[in-house]
Amino acid sequence: MGKSAPIAVLLVALGCGSGAANALGPQLEIPASAGEQCVEPTPVIRREHMRFLLHQRERTVHEGVRGARHSLVGCVSCHVNRDASGTAIPIDARGQFCEACHAFVGVRMDCFGCHATTPD
Amino acid sequence: MMASPADLSDHSRRRFLAGVGAAAGLGSLASTVTLLRLAEARAPGEAATSAERWGLLVDTAKCASGCDACVRGCANEHGWAAGTGRAATDAQWIRKVDVRDAVRGRAFSLPLMCQHCDDPPCVDVCPTGASFKRADGIVLVDKHTCIGCRYCMMACPYKARSFIHEDLSNQKSYSPRGKGTVESCTLCVHRIDEGAGRAPACVEACDDAGHGAIVFGDLNDPDSGISTALASRESSEIRADLGLDTGVRYAGF
Repeated sequence: MGKSAPIAVLLVALGCGSGAANALGPQLEIPASAGEQCVEPTPVIRREHMRFLLHQRERTVHEGVRGARHSLVGCVSCHVNRDASGTAIPIDARGQFCEACHAFVGVRMDCFGCHATTPD
Repeated sequence: MMASPADLSDHSRRRFLAGVGAAAGLGSLASTVTLLRLAEARAPGEAATSAERWGLLVDTAKCASGCDACVRGCANEHGWAAGTGRAATDAQWIRKVDVRDAVRGRAFSLPLMCQHCDDPPCVDVCPTGASFKRADGIVLVDKHTCIGCRYCMMACPYKARSFIHEDLSNQKSYSPRGKGTVESCTLCVHRIDEGAGRAPACVEACDDAGHGAIVFGDLNDPDSGISTALASRESSEIRADLGLDTGVRYAGF
């Protein structure tokens, strides 16, 4: 849970501290993540993650380079949350890391039609 | 004076023959380079190259009729074991086929999966480039660009591909599968990419079942187990008449 504190600071700084609407309009609550540090600085990964994943997928599917820096499996293993019994909650489930943000911005992601939503 | 068409053709033929001579010289040099490169295995993070060509050799004399260990091994590895209960449309990456000579009565059994052709018809017909052959000879579907038209399924002489008709969940992280795309044997490419030479799940399952009927290896490496076996005994391709140069070979029939 080492990342909770920096994320909380960041969210407060962005005025995203709560899931409810405030004077700035509806606000997004991003669930905490298990990892210490993302593979890229937060502003970079927020803007560019789709491009990183697109590049990575070509390298993986066509050239066989797996487990590299920008792998989707890496995103899921770090950002997945677990319920009280320790079972991983699918990352595209309502309110979970990937779903919460994409629902907020109205973007449909189709990664998880095929890709695993929990670590193996 | 202008050269007659006959002169021109003679001239171009000589140029062509000179080119062939040069190419032959380069060819022998290239094979030496290839041999040197084969010694080094591909490190994780390095792109697959044509230095390797992965293949399988199935010994039908060792393949037991009624045994489906390879099919179950594949299904468990890639997560298609559960199925939908509708066999006609369920995924089938590998299946067991029992063959019987109607005249002589000789019967044998073999596993049939994507034959990883060097000249794959599924790649020829794909309108989006989703069906492709990797540098190391593995024929795959890039499901990101597959539109589910299923031309490749029509083109494949081995009926090796299946189409996913329904939403799936609980896929394996190393083997993404989803509705609306075509899929087939990947030769367990996720294991090959580890770089440790781990055999595909079907080969492992066959060995575990005590049959050892499938050998996996690098067809480009003359010292690999599969190459020495292919050099020392008779083997064939299924539908060899099509000239597809398959990566999956069969011995014993």
